[in-house]
Amino acid sequence: MKRSRRHRGAVLTGYLFLAPSLAILTAIGFYPVVRTLLLSLYDATFLNAPSRFVGLGNYAKLLDDVWFHLAYRNTWLFTAVSVALETAIGLSFAVLLDKRLPGRKWVRASVLIPWAIPTVVSASMWQWLFNADFGFINYALERLHLISSYPNWLGDRASAMWAVIIADVWKTTPFMALILLAGMQTISEDIYEAAAIDGATSLQRFRLITLPLLLPTLVTALLLRTLDAFRVFDLIYVLTGGGPANATEVLSSYAYKTTFSSAQVGYGAAMAAVMAVSVLILARVLQYVQRRAYGRIEGG
Amino acid sequence: MTLNRQIKALGLGLAAALVVFLNIGPLLWQGITSLKLDRDLNTLPPILPREVTFDHYANVFHSVFVRFIANSAIVAFSVTAISLLLGSMAAYAIARLPIKGKSLWLGLFLATSMFPQIAIIAPLYAMIRKIGLYNTHAGLVLSYMLFCLPLCVWLLYGFFKDLPAGLEEAAAVDGCGPVRTFWQIALPLAMPGLVTAGLLVFIASWNEFLIALTLTNKVSTQTIPVGIALFPQMFYVPWGDVSAASVVVTLPLVALVLLFENKLAKGLTGGAVKG
Repeated sequence: MKRSRRHRGAVLTGYLFLAPSLAILTAIGFYPVVRTLLLSLYDATFLNAPSRFVGLGNYAKLLDDVWFHLAYRNTWLFTAVSVALETAIGLSFAVLLDKRLPGRKWVRASVLIPWAIPTVVSASMWQWLFNADFGFINYALERLHLISSYPNWLGDRASAMWAVIIADVWKTTPFMALILLAGMQTISEDIYEAAAIDGATSLQRFRLITLPLLLPTLVTALLLRTLDAFRVFDLIYVLTGGGPANATEVLSSYAYKTTFSSAQVGYGAAMAAVMAVSVLILARVLQYVQRRAYGRIEGG
Repeated sequence: MTLNRQIKALGLGLAAALVVFLNIGPLLWQGITSLKLDRDLNTLPPILPREVTFDHYANVFHSVFVRFIANSAIVAFSVTAISLLLGSMAAYAIARLPIKGKSLWLGLFLATSMFPQIAIIAPLYAMIRKIGLYNTHAGLVLSYMLFCLPLCVWLLYGFFKDLPAGLEEAAAVDGCGPVRTFWQIALPLAMPGLVTAGLLVFIASWNEFLIALTLTNKVSTQTIPVGIALFPQMFYVPWGDVSAASVVVTLPLVALVLLFENKLAKGLTGGAVKG
């Protein structure tokens, strides 16, 4: 009898402990998402003004909106190229940090710095570095005789996206590197020693031991970074504002402008919905790949 | 053989130096820029300032920027305290208390962290205006729970899960109810987790931009990222001042990184690596 009263007390406490967090997330997370989906079916202009139900009209409009198509393509391009570069560079950082280095603690701390800097600050830093006339990058490239005139990297349609990608890679590679490093450090030293006795070269050890055993961690890191890159906003908003001529406009920035600058709230909601569904599908696919990667390790 | 080893060590050292340079180079350049006179900003070379000036720092500290820093500090500290309290309660309930649907609750917390913020921002803006929290610190603190609560719950769930199995039983024998067990026994034991979660939440709210941009439009409540983003809307960009401001807001973060390097690295990677 006494035990069951105690049990009831613990159950009650459990739900009471959970309630405030769930209530807050329902109010500021779940409810707004549902509201956005509903708004996408209306020609809403301001959120409190009356609006007309247009069904899938906003979605039909998206099909003909060339700027939306461009933003959609840009988002995928940005995501694919940034994440690929971050993975490659992050992996090489991790391999290096896994070795016995002089001052390894300091090297690792330096890797955390780009991660800790506010994205807005890093965007304004790169704006200055890429500055056409007085930027360090043009100066350095000229001194190395790689360019003869000073290009305007951020102002040119052909190069702006690449400049944005470089700034993103700088900021987010550390995250990749640290996750991969943590993954590498869970691999037992014994396996490497056994392989060394069998005469495996260090390249063979990397290809045949490190990479396969690191695969699940790699896929997880890829999942987290891909979802993040797909939602990029701060960097684009500050570094290029989506320009020049929409060359770096992505889904988040285009939907934001449509909602808050042009006050086409319903139309912006439809964009946000398309984006949310894309993120969901992307997450599903990557989670499937992730399970396969874990399955391969555990299945032997 | 030894020569070979020396060459290898040299190569490693050079590679490490390159990594450090790539990671802190841009920040270093910002620091150098912040010490240059305005007229020296329009020429390169020289790389180093001909004459060191602290004018840009004086400008920053005699401007509205001080207000931005205060706003960011108020918001980030409040968010950290509240999300640690509520998040640890929820995480403890899911990890240790006999409630139903544990994986469902955990899944819900994960789901909110996957929403693109753009999909919630317009209704959130309307709601915050309606309840009178537009242009208030409280409005930002409430909204930041969106990404801080899931982060705290996920991190602390792991810590509570790893506490010894008989903890609650033993506490009950001593006459501790569930609330006291949580507050006086489990929470102190999860202190390393609280520090890590607190650091990650603090940095995330110090750096947040999209929500702050949308929910504030007055200097009295705008945070640092909004302040920096709106700098270049003037006719010319005061690069010296921008650089000084960047250095000022980044230094506390660099200090945190140097002090808690290990904890941050563990917290960042904790969820992603199956040990």
